[in-house]
Amino acid sequence: MDIAIKDGKIVEKVEGKGVKVIDASRMIVMPGGVDIHSHIAGAKVNAGRMLRPEDHFKDVEVKTEKTRSGVGHSIPSTFTTGYRYARMGYTTVFEPAQAPLKSRHTHEELNDTPIIDKGAYPLLGDCWFVLERLAKGMIEECAAYVAWTMRATKGYAVKIVNPGGLEAWGFGGNMRNIDDTVPHFNITPREIVQGLCKVNELLHMPHTIHVHTNNLGKPGNYVNTLETMKCVENLAHGDKPVIHITHCQFSAFKGRDWHTFASGAEEIARYVNNHSHVTLDMGQIVFTETTTMTADGPFQFILYQLTGNKWINGDVETETSTGIVPFAYKRKSYVHATQWSIGLELALLIKDPWKIYLTTDHPNAGPFIYYPKIISWLMSRRAREKVMRKMNKRARQKSLLSTIDREYTFYEMAIATRAGQARALGLRHKGHLGLGADADIAIYNIDPTSVEPSKDYQLIRRAFKHAAYTVKGGEIVVKNGEIVKSVDGKTFWVDVETSPSVDEFVPRLKQVFEDYYTVQYENYVVPEHYLAVSCPVHTKAEI
Amino acid sequence: MPIISNVTCPVCGSLCDDIEILVENNKVVKVKNACGLGESKFLNYNGHRLRKPLIRKNGELVEASIKEAIRRSAEILADAAYPILYGWSNTSCEAIRVGLELAEEIGGVIDNTSTVCHGPSVLSIQDVGYSTCTLGQIRHRADLVIYWGSNPWSAHPRHIERYTAFTQGRFQASIWYRYLAHLSAYRARRRLLRALKLSSVREAPTIEAEAGLPPTLFRKERKMIVVDVRRTRTADIADYFLQVEPNKDYEVLEALRALIRDEEIDMDTVAGVPVETLEELADVMIGCKFGVLFFGVGLTMSMGKLRNIDTAICMVRDLNRYTKFIIMPMRGHFNVTGSNVVSTWQTGYPYAVDFSHGYPRYNPGETSVVDILARGESDASLIVASDPVAHFPKAAVENLVRNPVIVIDPEPTPTTLMADVVFPSSFVGIETEGTAYRMDHVPLPLKKIVEPPSGCLSDMEILQRILAEVRKIKRETAEVA
Repeated sequence: MDIAIKDGKIVEKVEGKGVKVIDASRMIVMPGGVDIHSHIAGAKVNAGRMLRPEDHFKDVEVKTEKTRSGVGHSIPSTFTTGYRYARMGYTTVFEPAQAPLKSRHTHEELNDTPIIDKGAYPLLGDCWFVLERLAKGMIEECAAYVAWTMRATKGYAVKIVNPGGLEAWGFGGNMRNIDDTVPHFNITPREIVQGLCKVNELLHMPHTIHVHTNNLGKPGNYVNTLETMKCVENLAHGDKPVIHITHCQFSAFKGRDWHTFASGAEEIARYVNNHSHVTLDMGQIVFTETTTMTADGPFQFILYQLTGNKWINGDVETETSTGIVPFAYKRKSYVHATQWSIGLELALLIKDPWKIYLTTDHPNAGPFIYYPKIISWLMSRRAREKVMRKMNKRARQKSLLSTIDREYTFYEMAIATRAGQARALGLRHKGHLGLGADADIAIYNIDPTSVEPSKDYQLIRRAFKHAAYTVKGGEIVVKNGEIVKSVDGKTFWVDVETSPSVDEFVPRLKQVFEDYYTVQYENYVVPEHYLAVSCPVHTKAEI
Repeated sequence: MPIISNVTCPVCGSLCDDIEILVENNKVVKVKNACGLGESKFLNYNGHRLRKPLIRKNGELVEASIKEAIRRSAEILADAAYPILYGWSNTSCEAIRVGLELAEEIGGVIDNTSTVCHGPSVLSIQDVGYSTCTLGQIRHRADLVIYWGSNPWSAHPRHIERYTAFTQGRFQASIWYRYLAHLSAYRARRRLLRALKLSSVREAPTIEAEAGLPPTLFRKERKMIVVDVRRTRTADIADYFLQVEPNKDYEVLEALRALIRDEEIDMDTVAGVPVETLEELADVMIGCKFGVLFFGVGLTMSMGKLRNIDTAICMVRDLNRYTKFIIMPMRGHFNVTGSNVVSTWQTGYPYAVDFSHGYPRYNPGETSVVDILARGESDASLIVASDPVAHFPKAAVENLVRNPVIVIDPEPTPTTLMADVVFPSSFVGIETEGTAYRMDHVPLPLKKIVEPPSGCLSDMEILQRILAEVRKIKRETAEVA
């Protein structure tokens, strides 16, 4: 079978002379990889880069004729990020935590991230404007604000991190459970999630709400995660998902404390198998040294106290917060080994690969360069067992993995690394190779007819690490794992059409703007020309 | 007459973005909302400036065409084995991006002014991290504001009014009225002293040091403390001024840290401050709801340097066990933060980046410009929007001017007088648009409000043309070879 490409799209056929042909026989051809959740750009990522010169010293990229130099490992510089994703056959990556006030920064960095298409999710779960409107039940006004934010910050999806907890963190507090009241705002995390979920549906956003649950990283939090999924159960229509629980591994902890810590993957998987309104991504642990960074400031403070490592906190006025702590996941640690097991248990116990996607919540559970390793763990029981033999004994004995035979097929793997993520993001032109799709293609040098992934997991790992070819927008950008051409990727953002238009809402926003912020309204808005290659996704709202 | 509003002021790290400017015939005639520093820049920038590119020929700087100057610069940089590219804090992020590309292309060292300013702060943060926030958080929440080794009333004149003690926040009210009381008391005192001086009394009575902390510090509302080696204008309006002996900030910080951790200090005074006062101060810090410590060059560049900041950060970190506490450097130039930020996302390192190996290397002390110059290792330099000849140590300057120097700057400075090629550029934020980062890492747009004089290109354009020319020369030499 041939795939024809013309003008950056997949077409029925191409004719004429001078057509470039790639011989991909005895290789795997997949759509370009899509990453739904990877911290690659913005204020927090850059603070992490600044914090950790020791992370860069050991991993550098030398300048070549075609590429810029950079540094790597857990928080690679922007150019390196683009190249390394492309080398693995990934062509679309979303930055999941953009502080709206600092969105210019995110976009400046995304402009300097070559090859891949990208987008960013503004953090809205602790925004004063949102909290106030939702507390008063003003869903439509809140929806107008969210629509405005998408336009003003060039954002792609509604991100909620530890709803209510970050506002409380402004005075050093946190939310203990989903029904706690946010101080000064008379609203609970449950109401925030439900409210923003309704807003998301009203606006017909391409992606669902993207939720990082309360109590993330604390033993016993799986109950809270189940509650979060349940609280929007009634808002679903048909089989369409309405909530995405991100890096679910960190939210699937059982036990009362770190001594009784255990996996809650089975309970989460059971719920997800029986419901169609939820999608997840793994947040899979890799045993390595990395940098944890999230908008969940209070959680990072706990992590700092736990580890004693250096700690950055960065609160953002009226909107959100940030925390950064370097971290090492160790095989011999009971907790870390159990966490490793939880991620894989989730991916293997949830039957439908369209519901759970491969991520490491880069760089929180491990840098994205380890995806090929995770692919091998998912495709080969033998690969998993090899790791388990070396890990903490108690964790191994308690892990469900030894009872799970499932191994992902190549098709399932393609869903978990591109098709599923593209569908969840509402990117119709990505994640497949049908007519009209973007010509983002990854070719891996592995023959699916002869290779048995279960046994030859090392081959799999090698093949997915360095794509034989990566085609981005119809141009060959990677050949045999090396960058041969650097192109500019697009930046997706959502342009919601509302009636009355968002512009009519602006005067009402301006009234409070000066009371809330320390910048002027006009200087807050990111103009479209700020994006190197702007690609608005248009939707029509019900308001 | 167009009034341009929401202009961002390109002077200090506070980056006030509410300036209104009246323009008449491509000339700024009136400035509203700006402080003295901002207003005088907007009104007077055009008076004394460079207008034509200059090249040194036979020992004299003579006017040249822009093309000639570009070619000459590119030749210098392409020939150099270890060039340095320095400055960057008074230009836009867009120009810095090109500067980094140029540094990479020629295998040079790129460093910004934080190397002689808040460089130690960066080193400390890399050691221990820090707990910070954007200025709006302080506006809404802070009930305790401490300025340590910085004098915002003179150096960041609107900082207190816009972001800290005198601003009205959601959870904290402004304390400007207390400032009025302070001010009238201050004036009365000055009048009294003057009267005493004029009268026949020989010795004016000295005002005795206050015993203990003033009661206002124990109130729930907002309060402001200044710590410095001398009484500054900012200290005059603060609720409390703590005077520390010069170069002894470290001792005071360590003592406070110990007291915050509930340890006893076996001394009567630390750096001239009674331990009881420090104990009370520690209680005030623990007892606040949201405290913030701003520190300036008084802490980064006095004895101890990065160790001062280390311990200040650790103290703030310890305080977070009891309450919410934040620390923030008072950045000077309007885009010094931006130069750190851009350098970090492209190379991983905030300053002192060495490309001579083909990839970014960072080792302040080895790859920082002052040290390279002091050792006399560089063989050419490109200076953008900065004046090292006036500010660097003598030995460094001697080595700087021994080799070819290219300067891009709108204003004549000692460095332009010593240069071999000089480009007159347009003023970023007045004649050229761009992006800059406020001291709390909030990016803000800089506006173009008037046209630059003909022949003055922006920093970014000049750098782009030099970069293109360098690449051309490299291709030419490759072909010849």
